[in-house]
Amino acid sequence: MPDLKFSNAEPDESERLLIDALVDNPPIIRHSERVVHGGVRRAKDVRHLLLPGLHLLNNSKGWISPGGLNYLAESLRVPPAEAFGVASFYDLFELEEPEGDGPRHHVCVDPSCAIAGASSYAEHLRSQGHSVHESPCLGQCERGPALFVQARGSAPIDMSSGANEEPQFDTTLSNKLLQRFGNVDPTSLESYRESGGYQALDRALSLGSDEVLKLVTDAGLTGRGGAAFPTGIKWRAVAEHHGPQKYVVANADESEPGTFKDRMILENDPFALIEAMTIAGVSTGCFKGWIYVRGEYTTAAELLTSAIEQAYDAGLLGEHAQNDSYSFDIELRQGAGAYICGEETALFNSIEGFRGEPRSKPPFPTDSGLFGCPTIVNNPETLLNVLEIVLHGVEGFRAAGTRESPGTKLFCVSGDVGRPGLYEAEFGVPLRVLLAAADTPSSEIRAVLLGGAAGSFLGPDQLDVPLSFEGAAASDATLGSGAVMAFSKDADFLGIVSQLAKFFRDESCGQCVPCRIGTTRQHEVLLQIDSTGPNSKQRNLLADLSLVMGDASICGLGHTAASAVQSALREGLLGEPYE
Amino acid sequence: MSNDHVSLVINEQPVTVGAGTTILEAAQSLGIAIPTLCWAENLTPANVCRLCVVEAEGARTLVPACSRACEDGAEIRTDTNRVAQSRRMVLELLDSTNDLSQSPELQTLIDEYGADSSRYTDPATPEPSPKIEDDLFIRAYDRCVLCYKCVEACGEDAQFSFAISIADRGFDARVSTEYDVPLPESACVYCGNCIGVCPTNALQFKTEFDLREASDWRPEDQEVTETICSYCGVGCTLELHTQDNQIVKVTSPADHSVTSGHLCVKGRFGWEYLQAPVYRPPSDP
Ligand SMILES: Cc1cc2nc3c(=O)[nH]c(=O)nc-3n(C[C@H](O)[C@H](O)[C@H](O)COP(=O)(O)O)c2cc1C
Ligand code: SF4
Ligand code: SF4
Ligand code: SF4
Ligand code: FES
Ligand code: FES
Repeated sequence: MPDLKFSNAEPDESERLLIDALVDNPPIIRHSERVVHGGVRRAKDVRHLLLPGLHLLNNSKGWISPGGLNYLAESLRVPPAEAFGVASFYDLFELEEPEGDGPRHHVCVDPSCAIAGASSYAEHLRSQGHSVHESPCLGQCERGPALFVQARGSAPIDMSSGANEEPQFDTTLSNKLLQRFGNVDPTSLESYRESGGYQALDRALSLGSDEVLKLVTDAGLTGRGGAAFPTGIKWRAVAEHHGPQKYVVANADESEPGTFKDRMILENDPFALIEAMTIAGVSTGCFKGWIYVRGEYTTAAELLTSAIEQAYDAGLLGEHAQNDSYSFDIELRQGAGAYICGEETALFNSIEGFRGEPRSKPPFPTDSGLFGCPTIVNNPETLLNVLEIVLHGVEGFRAAGTRESPGTKLFCVSGDVGRPGLYEAEFGVPLRVLLAAADTPSSEIRAVLLGGAAGSFLGPDQLDVPLSFEGAAASDATLGSGAVMAFSKDADFLGIVSQLAKFFRDESCGQCVPCRIGTTRQHEVLLQIDSTGPNSKQRNLLADLSLVMGDASICGLGHTAASAVQSALREGLLGEPYE
Repeated sequence: MSNDHVSLVINEQPVTVGAGTTILEAAQSLGIAIPTLCWAENLTPANVCRLCVVEAEGARTLVPACSRACEDGAEIRTDTNRVAQSRRMVLELLDSTNDLSQSPELQTLIDEYGADSSRYTDPATPEPSPKIEDDLFIRAYDRCVLCYKCVEACGEDAQFSFAISIADRGFDARVSTEYDVPLPESACVYCGNCIGVCPTNALQFKTEFDLREASDWRPEDQEVTETICSYCGVGCTLELHTQDNQIVKVTSPADHSVTSGHLCVKGRFGWEYLQAPVYRPPSDP
């Protein structure tokens, strides 16, 4: 193995202690001052500690110093240029010493918070002398303008909000997935068990894995992370691999603008996620699970950490759990501010300590995923449904929803609405009914952005669309992650659409030409449109950009980066409709 | 039909190839040309430029020919309007961003596909400020199309130095050392393999850079002499490019069985090395 060369930058004592505590490493053998013997580039057994190490360094000083990074890279046998490449990928890491020593205030400026007054809120914070960073959606759209405070010199980073009230959720339309919200103490395993927690796992264990796989398949459960892929097919594909290492990954990177359901699940019902992952593991022969939580969700991460600990203490996780009925471990990873890391293969790279760039598919995760092993990736909401299916059977599950979209769905309602919040409803509920439940008269609505930034705008004549996968598709829309952002006729649509375009420009990983440059040009064109609306040259450019991003990009980010823009043009939100 | 072969149809021409063959290779065997930028025969496909996209029957989006393996029964089209539109846009986007004046192949493709980057008003572009950190080669990243080739050549595909990586994200993504330290302070061993693979001349010999600055770079007056490197026993083939009897750069053929196009500091810069030993030794003793 080739040797690796490191720079002379030295860590200070605190940085050295942090990294020494993280990396349990044999002593580093030095050829000389700068060359470390036996650098193994893809030292998989330790490289996954790169992201946690970067968090430690950044939290301790408010930035990652050359000495700290050098020492971390050396301890993990990662080339320093690559470690820098990884650190600079994430928004929450600073690579230059910041001015002042106060915390960094991230204020969301995406549409729902813009409506709630984000820009004056940011101004207010600035005038108080805070360092303010304009942030993409922080997943707190129901209580905007959202704020996330990143402390310096203390770990972990802390989260608060402009108007941090009680969690807003509504179960009047349906109450299955949200049944424990507010009724169970998210800090207590005992409270979870008293409410019937872990009955689903017991049942799954007595049914056996074949029966569980059959249940999940026959129930027609599909992914709630945006792609609506059948969960049973995914699980079965991984179950059929017989290698020693296979993984279950819960994708809680939730960063789609307008989406906050996963945060609410993690903050209100963390044990349910752990139980459902355990069921996935025992039914498919995976012994290890990973939860990847968005870096800004620090409250959720704390609750999960404690929940995982309690599950270990109670013998519900670990080797030979529950009197040797199964073995299953769970490890938590925190992202660091990168929407793209929610794309499943980018997420694998992020956990493994590489840049969060999506991989090309095929191979698909079920064949080659995390660390190259067969992997199930599921959204937390998808996993929550598994508990329902195991406990109530196929019939019970299919009693709600439509034939093609069985069950219930969590909808994140925000924007110009009476009562923003998380609403559970059966699939097929008309959009109008959902809006009414949120105290929003349809007459006030000019457009609804369904599915987040990657979704599309529906006009007033489309408010009867049934909210099911097939219903949305019939209207050329998608449910996506379940984001429902409503806008009144007074909304500044050009501003909103430009902001969505900026989101993609900022969040593109930069790997492929159509998306790296296409999202930038799309944003520029939108900024050049004046109050008379886009001219034909601008429309043509936007159409051509939409075509190349949709057809030639590597991943879903590029594929959908023009979706909202194009639907806004079709809907006439930026001026007279085309054609 | 055996398992180690697949049969497919490209532009209505049937072809049978070994399993694992890429669409690009299969098309080449039929004499069908597909443009590439980030692909090279001596590197792992980075699969990022998307210039090579083709239409595969049944696929929702276009697929990259350079890295996608042929599937049995596939129907591929390389000549549709949809394919041409995406390629035109990829070229147009690159041309709106980078100085491509030193890449004749891209210029030809831009003309061929009718890419018109003048359609964009005030497009953001990278700073044109070449990094001149030593007497051996320069890096002018305003010409960099981010094809990842240099990063791969510096890393696992050839040199195993890992001196450079992609840093930052999105439109700001760039090739960089740690904290942008100058190359002589990085892990660089000056093998020049990154220069050898760069398709846009973003990386170029200092000799070439100086001659271009002096408006005296005359490819038409240059000769290429093939020789064997005399520094060690490996026997790498060198191509010495000379102008007015002076060596102006050194390359090695990408299909060469010994080098795969890659050299070390002695073969690449040995002639310079003797004249201008101004940089730090490749690694400490
Ligand atoms: C740009 C991008 C971002 C994504 N972000 C998320 C996310 O935050 N959470 C999520 O569950 N899925 C996200 N996905 C979808 C995942 O790739 C994957 O399909 C999903 O996690 C699978 O889980 P499911 O089948 O349970 O939906 C994203 C996809 C793309 C292209
Ligand atoms: S489409 Fe965008 S986010 Fe996806 S790989 Fe390409 S550049 Fe990265
Ligand atoms: S000269 Fe060689 S070692 Fe230096 S950056 Fe280029 S490829 Fe890497
Ligand atoms: S410098 Fe050259 S080889 Fe490296 S990424 Fe840029 S264009 Fe490609
Ligand atoms: S938190 Fe502001 S839009 Fe989501
Ligand atoms: S040549 Fe195929 S993606 Fe670049």
